[in-house]
Amino acid sequence: MLRITCPYCGARDHSEFLYGGDATLVRPEPGCDDMEVWYDFVFLRDNPRGRHREYWQHVQGCRQWLVVERDTLTHEIFSVEPARAPKKAPVLTGVAAK
Amino acid sequence: MGRYSIADILLKAAGGNKGWPRVWRDPAPKPEYDVIIVGAGGHGLATAYYLAKEHGIRNVAVLEKGYLGSGNTGRNTTIVRSNYMIDGNTPFYEWSLKLWEGLSHDVNFNVMLSQRGQLNIAHSNAQMDAQRRRGNVMRLHGIEAELLSREEVQEMVPHLDFSPQARFPIYGALLQRRAGTARHDAVAWGLARGADQRGVDIIQHCEVTGFLRQGERIVGVETSRGTIKAPKVGIAVAGNTGHLAAKAGLRLPIESHVLQAFVSEPVKPLLDYVIGWSAAHFYISQSDKGGMVFGGDLDGYNSYAQRGNLPLIEDVASAAKAIMPCVSRLRIVRHWGGVMDMTMDGSPIICKSPIDGLYINGGWCYGGFKATPASGWVFAHTIARDEPHELNASFTLDRFRRGYQIDEKGAGPTPNAH
Ligand SMILES: Cc1cc2nc3c(=O)[nH]c(=O)nc-3n(C[C@H](O)[C@H](O)[C@H](O)COP(=O)(O)OP(=O)(O)OC[C@H]3O[C@@H](n4cnc5c(N)ncnc54)[C@H](O)[C@@H]3O)c2cc1C
Ligand SMILES: [Zn+2]
Repeated sequence: MLRITCPYCGARDHSEFLYGGDATLVRPEPGCDDMEVWYDFVFLRDNPRGRHREYWQHVQGCRQWLVVERDTLTHEIFSVEPARAPKKAPVLTGVAAK
Repeated sequence: MGRYSIADILLKAAGGNKGWPRVWRDPAPKPEYDVIIVGAGGHGLATAYYLAKEHGIRNVAVLEKGYLGSGNTGRNTTIVRSNYMIDGNTPFYEWSLKLWEGLSHDVNFNVMLSQRGQLNIAHSNAQMDAQRRRGNVMRLHGIEAELLSREEVQEMVPHLDFSPQARFPIYGALLQRRAGTARHDAVAWGLARGADQRGVDIIQHCEVTGFLRQGERIVGVETSRGTIKAPKVGIAVAGNTGHLAAKAGLRLPIESHVLQAFVSEPVKPLLDYVIGWSAAHFYISQSDKGGMVFGGDLDGYNSYAQRGNLPLIEDVASAAKAIMPCVSRLRIVRHWGGVMDMTMDGSPIICKSPIDGLYINGGWCYGGFKATPASGWVFAHTIARDEPHELNASFTLDRFRRGYQIDEKGAGPTPNAH
């Protein structure tokens, strides 16, 4: 079980969460008519073996969308922060997030 | 190293089974080859085998970071079938099944193909219609398919839940009699031996860590055992395609996810067929040793770890119990995970890459074991001739950009729903 420390609810099993995938993708403007930009956004992924920023929604808790930084090889979680403030420093980091 | 034969077996048995030679060599890497294949899974080995056998290209190395067959080839649930429906997939998987049918003789190694038949169970009238449509597409391609009624299914697999209170009532099933299972390890070993006998160097414990460039071209690889040159490099590394392609500067329509499989304690013959369940993602068969072999969904988050997590075990076990209540008394003795290359349409990529000298075979999602021989066949062709075989002409990388996805399930551009 992964333990995700929700900034609102505390440490919870990952089975309470819905996975939302790669959080580094930036959705093009709705009016964007450059197909290459859409192709990039819809289909291509960095798919790193290592640190990965990804969305999780706490569906069985506060229902907030979160951004979790997790290692895809070791599954270690480094940080969890609210998705609505992605530019701010992580709310919980390192050991505290485990 | 000769051929295996009954005379050989009797002779060696009389001598206390002492005189068996090793099955493939353990050569040191040469500085240069005509072709390098990265990954000694079934696909890489089949590619090398057919390069040597069908195209006369024998100066080939297969580089493997672990031991051969240590990836998904040795981790899968061994289902082999060709009941696909979408253009591009149907003829490819059927050619694969035809190759499977002759593989043991071709490689002179028993891959234990067991054509016990596979049933896709339907649980509603709509699912019966979908199975009927799939069966018709198959028959138009000359592949046998039979639509079974509820009563016929009950006669063949009486242990499914046919009770009035069944959570998922059984309406019928689509049967492919030629489908079944094969012994995964034997496939890797047989192809390795066949390739080795034809001069291919299989180099284990040799991890590819980067690519050697000459201008824009790729002309070799950097490995944990030094630089090895070749004008053509083919990668067949299953779940690691994204990771390795990134070292060549490519971003792919792929995410890596973990898929688990399970085996129960062995029991007497209980299930004669392979069962695929349409209510959710679940399949089950019984191994020759008696264990019930089954699996279901992905764990659900990006992962390169070859191990699974607990919530999925509960999920798969409840699916097993819903369709076949009697398995609830069995103990699960082992479960394991493999890293899957999930593409954005659920279909594979076998093509020349945008970089000269680099060829890609990947994106096998859940279903690449059955594809092993045909995948090697067409990848060898693509590498030898520098153009696709007609059977992999639609498995290109640029199909995503051009809007020609091969989306068998109609799930849309998601990496984890196929
Ligand atoms: C649990 C599970 C169940 C499955 N069930 C089925 C099924 O029932 N039917 C079916 O058809 N398919 C099934 N599959 C899918 C199937 O197993 C795979 O698609 C198929 O085996 C892939 O074969 P491969 O040769 O491409 O990969 P692999 O056998 O994984 O071989 C790739 C090899 O590349 C090596 N490698 C990786 N990176 C490097 C590097 N940098 N340098 C050198 N070597 C490297 C790896 O060590 C590995 O040995 C299942 C998969 C899993 C995990
Ligand atoms: Zn919460």
